[in-house]
Amino acid sequence: MNQDVQAPKSGGGSMYAETITIHPRHVKQGLFRSLKWWLMWGLLAFFHIAPFLRWDRGPDAPSQAILADIDGRRGYFFFIEIWPQEVYYLTGLLLFAAITLFFMSALAGRVWCGFLCWQTVYTDLFVQVERLVVGDRSKRMNFDKAPWNAEKLIKKAIIHAVWLAIGAACGIAFTLYFGDAFQMLHNIFTLQAGLSVYAFIAIIGGFCYLLAGFAREQVCLYMCPYSRFQSAMFDEHSLIISYEEWRGEPRAPARKGQSFEGRGHCIDCKMCVQVCPTGIDIREGLQMACIGCGLCIDACNAMMDRVGLPRGLISYDSITNVSSRASGGPGTKTKLVRMRTILYTLLLTVIGTGIVLSLGTRRTTEVNILHERAPMYVTMSDGTIRNGYTYKILNMVRAERVYTLKLAGIQGATMEVVGGEKDVAEMELTVPGDQVTSLRLYVNAPEDNVTDKKTDITFILTEKGGDSEVRSHSLFAGPGR
Amino acid sequence: MAHVEHDVISGQNTTGHEWDGIKELNTPLPKWWVYVFWACVIWAIGYWIAMPTWPTTNGFTRGMLEYSSRGDLANELDIQKKARSQWLTKLEAASVEDIAKDKTLLNYALAGGKIAFGENCSACHGSGGVGVAGAYPRLADDEWIWGGTLEDIHQTIQYGVRNENGESRQSEMLAFGTGDTLDATQVDQLADYVLSLSSKTPAAGSPGEAIFAERCTACHAEGGVGTKELGAPALNNNIWLFKGDKESAKQGVVNQITKPRHGSMPAWAGRLDAATIKMLAVYVHSLGGGK
Repeated sequence: MNQDVQAPKSGGGSMYAETITIHPRHVKQGLFRSLKWWLMWGLLAFFHIAPFLRWDRGPDAPSQAILADIDGRRGYFFFIEIWPQEVYYLTGLLLFAAITLFFMSALAGRVWCGFLCWQTVYTDLFVQVERLVVGDRSKRMNFDKAPWNAEKLIKKAIIHAVWLAIGAACGIAFTLYFGDAFQMLHNIFTLQAGLSVYAFIAIIGGFCYLLAGFAREQVCLYMCPYSRFQSAMFDEHSLIISYEEWRGEPRAPARKGQSFEGRGHCIDCKMCVQVCPTGIDIREGLQMACIGCGLCIDACNAMMDRVGLPRGLISYDSITNVSSRASGGPGTKTKLVRMRTILYTLLLTVIGTGIVLSLGTRRTTEVNILHERAPMYVTMSDGTIRNGYTYKILNMVRAERVYTLKLAGIQGATMEVVGGEKDVAEMELTVPGDQVTSLRLYVNAPEDNVTDKKTDITFILTEKGGDSEVRSHSLFAGPGR
Repeated sequence: MAHVEHDVISGQNTTGHEWDGIKELNTPLPKWWVYVFWACVIWAIGYWIAMPTWPTTNGFTRGMLEYSSRGDLANELDIQKKARSQWLTKLEAASVEDIAKDKTLLNYALAGGKIAFGENCSACHGSGGVGVAGAYPRLADDEWIWGGTLEDIHQTIQYGVRNENGESRQSEMLAFGTGDTLDATQVDQLADYVLSLSSKTPAAGSPGEAIFAERCTACHAEGGVGTKELGAPALNNNIWLFKGDKESAKQGVVNQITKPRHGSMPAWAGRLDAATIKMLAVYVHSLGGGK
């Protein structure tokens, strides 16, 4: 970890470094390359197919499995439906995701960066497009340098057309999460969708094209904050990509038939550098620009096989194991249970259980009550004390429901609702489905029963035919005696 | 001048600047970074031309797009006005009773009335109609000096109380205790009786009762129940406008008997449109629970 940012070399006295386009060499096979292929196609398939998944919620509700309905102010995720005030589920989810990220880093390094991040996924895809049109690394480098001619123009045009198409697909896919996917897709292609839809497609698609086509590793190096704090997530037991210097040095090119006695195993073929999507030399040690994709391991292993040396000159292993091997130890002890991983597991369990529990016991009726402050109380002509309340009932199912509202805490208190019943101890309320109903409620209490300036009062709402009740506590103000 | 050195440890050059022996490594930013900076500068210049930007001695440059947030507001208000007009036409056509019966109209009127009340009425009657003791009646209780039905309230808001408007509610309480009306003892006895009216046991058979029956029942009615048409408030309950606190209660009543005070209220018809006045009536009616 002694290396800081890979330092772009300044040239010609300029304060700014030329950006050197990185053309990573294609890795033909290897564990990490296969992983990347699987995850790339899997994630791309998920991004694009998920908005079309359906989930039956009844006739009046959207049937899209994953939907952020901004206009209707509802979030849908399969069997879960959340209202805006339940955004804490999202907070919980983000918290869960963040700690999962830390957890993954503590265990296995930058798994997110190397395999799962959409910047990685789309950059990989875009590079593959270049490779298919122009060729591998050296061909692409020559292609860049070659003078403009018809062939270069056509190939460039093809590359950018495909990139833009991928960008558009990405833009459309991510926009479809915000409306009915089938209807929206139809509208998009028949030019009937709203301006904002096209604007979002252009913004998301444009950034996909820009970030995966041009910015690439610059995003990881200069924009993404995560690479900057990765070292805080690592410890000596975290799996990282390491060049095993003890075995590799002194490096020298290998000649056929030459013995490896008295020299290092690194044959200085620079394959690890050529395949690196961020263009670093892993042999300089762990560095910020290493996104942990493991492609250099695949490349190095292939070379080791060819020269008949054991694999693993570049390994995906912990610092402890590498230094154990360096001093002649076995270096095979992977310590998964550590203070830090225990803590992360604990946090994940707590947050996960919290989310699941609160979803499992999620109420479909919520109540908000607000005690009127101007005036706090009113003395009526017959001496009774009256308090006003704004009582809101959130009926979170799609059917009309009938509730019974009662009071507790004050003897002889009666209720009155503006535009409804008067002087009753118990009232029936019919609340339309999927709506917030706001009532202006008055409570009258005999002055002899409210001798304090503040008396606790409880509103008990019970669904008719149901047994769950929602109790809301408020106060009843009086003159006090 | 600048003396660039190569730093062996980091493998980078210095910038050649030196301050008291401290040298600075040249860790260059990528070129695109500076391009983004220049793009922002160019954008800013475009912004100056397109949008209102620079102050001048008596105004500001308006920009080619002639954008103004005030114009935006005016547009928004126009849109709101249009959206509101359909409601206002309905409110104008309906009577206050009809409004109170129609759930959606009622909700609209309550919300609109609340705003109008805050702007026009709460200066005297207080927010939420809390009132000011000794000056402005509380609207949040169930005593209505001039009547608490929707129509009564509507009438009061339209024409006001004791003002120049020909339709306004008019009445005046006579001053007792001057000339040949009542002497100080009688005023004292009367005040005692009036105060006893609001308790559950009025002082029957007291000298004050006789005076009350003779002098006051014409307006305040038998038993002090009040007469709404005359704006003569009920005296037989716990709600008092001109009484004061517990200690000075009697003095307050004496003052009102001898030197009566009268509240007044402006007429709102002509100041506010008919629909707003109806919304106000419905809102004020809801404050006190209405009659």
